[in-house]
Amino acid sequence: MVVTASEGSHTEVEEGHPPTATGLSNEKVAMWAFLGSECLLFGALISTYLLFRGRSTPGTITPSDVYDILFTSVSSFVLLMSSLTMVLALAAIQRGDHRRLRVWLLATALLGGTFVAGQMYEFTIFYSEGLKISTNLFGSSFFVLTGFHGAHVTIGVLMLLSLWSLSVRGKLPTHRSETVELVGLYWHFVDVVWIVIFTLVYLIP
Amino acid sequence: MATDTGTASPDRPAPDGGAVVGGATDEAGAHHKHPTEKKYIQIALILAVITAIEVLVYYVESIEDYLVAILLTLSVIKFVIVVSYFMHLRFDSRLFRRLFILGLVLAVFVYTIVLTTFEIWKS
Repeated sequence: MVVTASEGSHTEVEEGHPPTATGLSNEKVAMWAFLGSECLLFGALISTYLLFRGRSTPGTITPSDVYDILFTSVSSFVLLMSSLTMVLALAAIQRGDHRRLRVWLLATALLGGTFVAGQMYEFTIFYSEGLKISTNLFGSSFFVLTGFHGAHVTIGVLMLLSLWSLSVRGKLPTHRSETVELVGLYWHFVDVVWIVIFTLVYLIP
Repeated sequence: MATDTGTASPDRPAPDGGAVVGGATDEAGAHHKHPTEKKYIQIALILAVITAIEVLVYYVESIEDYLVAILLTLSVIKFVIVVSYFMHLRFDSRLFRRLFILGLVLAVFVYTIVLTTFEIWKS
């Protein structure tokens, strides 16, 4: 079955590719399975943080000594808005609007880059206040958790810039909108993980 | 998470009365109807408001006893909104939903047991 761009979202199967056993795009099934497994990875990191944060050596630095909630709230807002620009990029390619696709992809990458820059600034401040990865259990679990998340965001930014580059060179036609959708799924997942981290790590005392 | 009966189909509008676009439903249960751009912006505004409420609640001392419950509830609402609408899990195949929920439930189950084993709830 072949559908046109005006008929909304697409899977490879619908776009005339060979049929799959599930009737769904294999790439999309793989991405959802990957995201399901990522829940376990971040679950482990968040649990470790929750377990360790109140068990540091007495007298050493604690979360309340270093956290700047207002700063992190702005970072969270930036990442949340990047999910909006990502979904607008997907909507743009699905209707064949490649100019807006590039605008929204670039906007998403810039917002993601801003988030990572904010995280690096936060790390620098914490370091200058005496919190290092080896300082205590809180420091170790905090830097590992947020560092892993930051690495995921950085990989997402690189994928977004790759998509932008492909689009500029005309190698991302409308019928390949699923590529944008897959990167979008990864990006939104990174966002939902931060929603959980922001609450459990920063806001809950 | 939306149930199958609550999902939009070509013959039936989305239960939220929402604007949806797109066409077909395949045999795997995929409903290819995604929200419009206007709807996406409305959803983003809702998420921004919830985030603002979270930060506000953090600074209100009079509700300190309920802080954890309120923050967890707001966090779950944001999580479900992003996964349902931005990741299209509400509109896509049931298989995708099952794959993701399997990982999520397994993670919550396993790590709740781990944290309980280490008696974190007492500290």
